[in-house]
Amino acid sequence: MSLTGGARVAPGTALLESEGLAVKISNVTKRFNPNGPDVLQDISLSVRPGEFVSLVGASGCGKSTLLNLLAGLEKPTSGEILTDGAPTLMFQEPALMPWLTAGKNVELALLLRGVPRKERKEKAQRLLSMVHLDRSYNQRPHELSGGMRQRVAIARAIAQERKVLLMDEPFAALDAITRDLIHEELSRIWKETGLTVIFVTHNVREAVRLGQRVALMSSRPGRIIQEWNVDIPEPRRLDSPPVAELARVITDELREEIRRHA
Amino acid sequence: MPDSSTTYTSTPATDDLGQLESGLDNLETGSRQRPSFKSSLLKLLSPLIAIVAVIVIWQFIVYLQWQPEWVIPSPKAVLDSLGAQAEQDILWQATFGSIKRAAQGFIIALLVAVPIGLALGLNKYLRAIFGPLLTGLQQLPSVAWVPAAIIWFGLSDATIYTVILLGAVPSIANGLIAGMDQIPTLYLRAGQVLGATGWRKIRHIVLPAAWPGFLAGLEQGWAFAWRSLMAAELIAVSPALGLGLGQMLDIGRQLGDMALVLGSIIMIMAVGVLVDRLIFSPLRQRTLRNRGLAR
Repeated sequence: MSLTGGARVAPGTALLESEGLAVKISNVTKRFNPNGPDVLQDISLSVRPGEFVSLVGASGCGKSTLLNLLAGLEKPTSGEILTDGAPTLMFQEPALMPWLTAGKNVELALLLRGVPRKERKEKAQRLLSMVHLDRSYNQRPHELSGGMRQRVAIARAIAQERKVLLMDEPFAALDAITRDLIHEELSRIWKETGLTVIFVTHNVREAVRLGQRVALMSSRPGRIIQEWNVDIPEPRRLDSPPVAELARVITDELREEIRRHA
Repeated sequence: MPDSSTTYTSTPATDDLGQLESGLDNLETGSRQRPSFKSSLLKLLSPLIAIVAVIVIWQFIVYLQWQPEWVIPSPKAVLDSLGAQAEQDILWQATFGSIKRAAQGFIIALLVAVPIGLALGLNKYLRAIFGPLLTGLQQLPSVAWVPAAIIWFGLSDATIYTVILLGAVPSIANGLIAGMDQIPTLYLRAGQVLGATGWRKIRHIVLPAAWPGFLAGLEQGWAFAWRSLMAAELIAVSPALGLGLGQMLDIGRQLGDMALVLGSIIMIMAVGVLVDRLIFSPLRQRTLRNRGLAR
């Protein structure tokens, strides 16, 4: 389904299928102001079904704008974006509804997807178990820690049963210990569900730790300047030597890019 | 040769991550403390302190005989007067008559105000056109409508309800609009990502997110409904309208019975406090507690 215009919905899916892709971004440029600077310039990126792609870049590279375009919250100025169904999006904040319990937050996603009332509770319970929150069904968001809330948000995203999951620096606000564990959780869930994930971060190690592929973006205008395949076997950790090594290479590139703006 | 007890073998973890996470979760979420029975009781009874203080000062002033009894009657005289009304069944008829009217008026006001509030909260053009009118109505004391309502509808229930509605509707509608204005963008974006559109967006995202502001509007709306009703009852006195606390107050005025006047005033206040304690205060507490806003 294309999110850039209603008319291209069906052909988009067919096109993606014929090319074996889950997401296809073709020459996308985005300006917020007709006469203003390009926020994103000529971005092209293809993502296969079930692939985990990390996008890294410094501030001002338009990572979040790109995700908003992918999620259909904004429209590109030119170019085309095709995704396999409407993607779901996770924010830096868990964005749980504070008037609902953890379980009901997951159920809201099920309800809006059209799951019958009778099945919702059991499904929500199962999804919470998946993120190791079996006992948190009746807890309110404010009673949960930051990591727990973000795991509820993962469960809610999975509940939507979309094929593409977009993540906008979802773990940036978490402490190091919590982030370490949630990385493991996300990796496991990604393998279990076969989701296609586009993960935006400015933590290079995190990008390498999680992704099968890392794309580096330049800033002002945002462009994809280089891509790396991450051929590091699982289980990976943030402090695995190969992860650190590749992160160093990417960080060097990133620094080079930042230096240009001095 | 090493002792067998010093050889370390790594045990295969069945669900190591699950164990780690539940450990961390427990460390990060402290145990909650429920308020003790003693502190709840204290909170419930503490308003009595003010009531006792007022009665003591009042009694002291009466004891000084600064003013004659018909100007400042003693607390006991007021209580006796209310007792006499209760014996003739007038007190309860008046009290419940007023509460019933106010409640009915409030519910009608709610049904009128919610669509208005939703429309103005969702549509900026409607808001630009009708917003100032609504605020103007809210500023106007609804007792100002009593003469007009009497001319239009005579001394009938329609007059009373008109005044209640004109008092309560603007407050409730403006409360809902204020609540909608205060919704964090994040919830709307999350709702959009979850696929909430149209009525389902209103039902599952907008209304619950706007609830704290809406509740404040409801409280103010009730206060305005109750005040407007008292004003209307005080002015529009007629056997056709039945008995209310406002009419009881007016009877006291006509008879020059200060004890009955004060007794009626106390009853009007008491109903207001009771409605807040039994309905709005619990709703408010629950809302704050559920959303983690309670201190």
